[in-house]
Amino acid sequence: MANPQTNQPAHVKHYFVSSEQQFDAAKMGMWLFLVTEILLFSGMFVAYTIYRSWHPETWMALSTALDWKLGGLNTLVLLASSFTVAMGINQIQRGNQKGLLINLILTFVFAGVFLVVKYFEYAAKIEHGLLPGAAFDPHGISHGFDYATYNVPYGPQFFSIYFVMTGIHGFHVLVGMGLFAWITWKAKNGAFSADYYTPVENCGLYWHLVDIIWIFLFPLLYLI
Amino acid sequence: MGDNGSVWLPDPGTALAGEVDTLFWFVFWTSTIMFAMVIAAKLYFMAKYKRNSESDVPEPVEESKALEAVWIVVPTILVLIVFTWGFDVFVKLNNAPPDAYEINVRAMQWSWEFSYEEGATAYTELYVPVGRPVKLNMTSSDVLHSFYVPAFRVKHDIIPNRYTAVWFQAEEAGEYMIHCTEYCGTQHSGMNAKVVAVSEEDFAAWITEQSQDLPPAILGEQVFAQCQACHSIDGSSGIGPTMAGLYNTERALEDGSTVIADDDYLLESILNPMAKIAQGYPPVMPAGFSALSQKQLDGLIAYIKTLE
Amino acid sequence: MSHSAPGLNYLNHAKGFKSWALTLDHKRIGIMYMVAVSLAFLAGGILAILVRLELLGPGETIMGPDAYNQSFTLHAVLMIFAFIIPAIPAVMGNFVLPIQLGAKDVAFPRLNLASLYIYLIGAVIVMLALVNGRIDGGWTFYAPYSTSIGNGILFVTAGVFVMGFSSILTGLNFIVTVHKMRAPGLTWNRLPLFIWSIYATSIVQVLATPVIGITVLLLFLEKAFSIGIFDPALGGDPVLFQHFFWFYSHPAVYIMILPAFGVISDLMGTFSRHQVSGYKFVALSSVAIAFLGFLVWGHHMFVSGQSAVSSIVFSLITYLIGIPTGVKVINWVQTMYKGSVQLKSPMLYAIMFLFTFSIGGFTGIMLGVLAIDVHLHDTYFVVAHFHYVMMGGNVIAALGGLHYWWPKMFGKMYNEFLAKIAALLVFIGFNVTFFPQFILGTQGMPRRYYDYLPQYESLHELSTYGSWILAAGLFLIMFYLIASLINGKKAGLNPWGALTLEWTHTTTPPDHHNFHDTPVVTRGAYDFHLARHLFENGGEVSELDLGGDGAAPSHEATPVPQEPVA
Repeated sequence: MANPQTNQPAHVKHYFVSSEQQFDAAKMGMWLFLVTEILLFSGMFVAYTIYRSWHPETWMALSTALDWKLGGLNTLVLLASSFTVAMGINQIQRGNQKGLLINLILTFVFAGVFLVVKYFEYAAKIEHGLLPGAAFDPHGISHGFDYATYNVPYGPQFFSIYFVMTGIHGFHVLVGMGLFAWITWKAKNGAFSADYYTPVENCGLYWHLVDIIWIFLFPLLYLI
Repeated sequence: MGDNGSVWLPDPGTALAGEVDTLFWFVFWTSTIMFAMVIAAKLYFMAKYKRNSESDVPEPVEESKALEAVWIVVPTILVLIVFTWGFDVFVKLNNAPPDAYEINVRAMQWSWEFSYEEGATAYTELYVPVGRPVKLNMTSSDVLHSFYVPAFRVKHDIIPNRYTAVWFQAEEAGEYMIHCTEYCGTQHSGMNAKVVAVSEEDFAAWITEQSQDLPPAILGEQVFAQCQACHSIDGSSGIGPTMAGLYNTERALEDGSTVIADDDYLLESILNPMAKIAQGYPPVMPAGFSALSQKQLDGLIAYIKTLE
Repeated sequence: MSHSAPGLNYLNHAKGFKSWALTLDHKRIGIMYMVAVSLAFLAGGILAILVRLELLGPGETIMGPDAYNQSFTLHAVLMIFAFIIPAIPAVMGNFVLPIQLGAKDVAFPRLNLASLYIYLIGAVIVMLALVNGRIDGGWTFYAPYSTSIGNGILFVTAGVFVMGFSSILTGLNFIVTVHKMRAPGLTWNRLPLFIWSIYATSIVQVLATPVIGITVLLLFLEKAFSIGIFDPALGGDPVLFQHFFWFYSHPAVYIMILPAFGVISDLMGTFSRHQVSGYKFVALSSVAIAFLGFLVWGHHMFVSGQSAVSSIVFSLITYLIGIPTGVKVINWVQTMYKGSVQLKSPMLYAIMFLFTFSIGGFTGIMLGVLAIDVHLHDTYFVVAHFHYVMMGGNVIAALGGLHYWWPKMFGKMYNEFLAKIAALLVFIGFNVTFFPQFILGTQGMPRRYYDYLPQYESLHELSTYGSWILAAGLFLIMFYLIASLINGKKAGLNPWGALTLEWTHTTTPPDHHNFHDTPVVTRGAYDFHLARHLFENGGEVSELDLGGDGAAPSHEATPVPQEPVA
């Protein structure tokens, strides 16, 4: 599997001097990308902080409109998926391709579960008019609870921020599923080994970030 | 200070504007001198150290730490002076004296409305008394605007659903331009008015006159000042159709139908401008005029009827 | 890696549309960027000429207010997002940076090609706004005006969002490349200042662009779904938009100007044949400015309704960033001191830059003074100031860089006489266009005005005449550069006698893989005295060291001077 002209393993591109240089470059690139992701979300966290500090009573009242049980379930699901992806990397570092494959599939499934739960949460909000901005119109009665009581000033802003933040996070989960589908397929074809597993490592880093952002979102939106 | 305007700055209309100008001239001349020194050094080096032969390779120069320190320390001191000075004048510009005479300003696309506590309302001319501090409490009906009087060196953005303020004290009777300086749409550059500074006696007389009930057509003529950025009264075509000879004529609409320009049509066009669009004109009239009072609306229609 | 046959270079080693469209070669990607940003510059420039023509007299001159308002808006959007931001980093950065580092390519060539396409897609989306409703209000898109107009804003925000990705990915690519792909011996202290400045720029691109991303995304959602974050009619806050916007857009000013610093440093060093004065200061202050640039956004908002206290803090920090920039100008001037100054056309642009950028800098200090800014904010003074910084800074430097690297890019020399005439036209035209605008501003002429008072007419006229001289200069440049491709004299390996790797260790134009063997660096980028033997015979210096056949550098004899490094 070596490149005959440079005596380097086949996965090393011609413009790199060595496998180590290529791995370091890929990892540094990924970390920089994660920095940009954090800054993307930081804009939304700033919007959240500002509106919360202007209208704390709205935030207190409306955080109860979010189902902390479903949110908590999703937190556990994501934590589990972070664990499986870390396990997968651990397996391939020892050269266990099958262990990697199983863990990648598990991660993919957990990500899917997260989105299904999210779907049920969104559906309930949409049904009762808990929508962003101009579409905000709480109505209907469910389990003996009158949703009209959620019609408080600046409620639209709360749900704008809720939907934008969780929506963009959900989009990241979706992208993550695409990435895991891709590397699972590659792993199935035996593309990775103990010497070369950079894409797995980088997808893992991405997935941990998605997880960490949720760990901030969950208490900020659902609990306080 | 207080002298005539120059190439650079218009004649200051307030004492505070004079202070801004002094600061301006200080920064201007310091900058000009430093700039001239940099350019002189540049031209001198270009001439003096011109390359004479292709094999000319100069030795590096020892860099003087002391010289470097001078370049850092001297400008730092200068900018700190300028900062403190600018800060001082800025605080004065921001804090109106407590006894200031207050006028409410409403900005809208693309006109101004100045309301006085005595009940008077003006649109194109902001009457103020000379020698008394005047504070403007400003808000907007639609998008961002900004109130700017170059001669007074005052400016502040005007924001919907929020009050912002500027203050000034005109020193001499006269007229001073007001511009909107935050982009607000098609007629942004037409959103002008004038500060008319008059003596206390003239101001009192003006207020009394304005606060009386006016005949509808006269009131309408005053209110119409807001409309003149787009609608002419002499038959010429602007952003919107002219008002001259409009009343009770048949109007072609953008959708192909026609309508008689009677009282109801005029009222509807003011309150709900998008309902019927005159043929050949863009649908850009702001909806903000629905905030006019019934009296003002009656006046406007009475005035339009008088336009032949 | 087999070595290319003599006469083959990156331009002709493979032919056909596909060999360009799917290339991973940073040089070809740089050239394609050059074509794209030149088209954006041409479109933006034509709009500028139209805008100036309209302002020749008060009232309607050639177009109505709506056409005018859209023209200046599109001029700004094209020039800022599609031209200035990518101009130096994406064109010259792509072409030169890997070679100056002694690398065979950037760290992620595929990502690099993706950046190009993302940029093109973004630019196309922005242009779609033209046929999908109006876009006016300037490039700042302040809410709620921007959400009150037609759907054009959806396309502009989406386009800017997409182009932002291109900017992020390019920055990320360059940072990793600079960190991980430097040739042996190329320590941080030996890096050309162009690399340092692109590195600093990349940091800003990576850190600031995601914020404009989320800002325009929120604006998009505000328009599309009325989410009420910025629109006061729905309970939102328009000033919050301004904070978000300037938190990106002020650092973006450094995205635009830092690369210019790098080009000017390289030009001053090379054409003075002298160590760039205060090398470490120039290098590190670029990085410092990159970070400090994040703390001054509020100086765009002294009269916007932010608290007076924040205005005061922002004003103070603005000065802290002004000082290092001023010291850089002094460093560049000092580089000529006891140097050997050669006034070739690239150097003329560097000299011009010192003049125009200094005016831009001093007027920036003036705008940072709180009380003066109240008078000058949103007047033509601001317009003149940022054109002196953006055009007198970035564009002049880009022209200098273009004239400097053109022979390396295409292996052809342009007509030096015409180049000097054009430089003169650009200098005169630029100053006649924009200097009167300072006076218009201090006299109280607001910006973004379609119509104006008669008292401003003579200065507006002068400004418009200037724009014609400027346009003549720019078209002359376009003419002789294209002519050089057809019948230009063949360029030598190192026509300027520069010391950076792209001139000393590659063929002209460079080989497909830049270097046959990885070069070894033993001295700083401007240690001309250590490379003295290069110049002793005069003329096309490096050819002597490269075997003189102008084809491929021999890989045994790298032209590294044998003197010990000081």
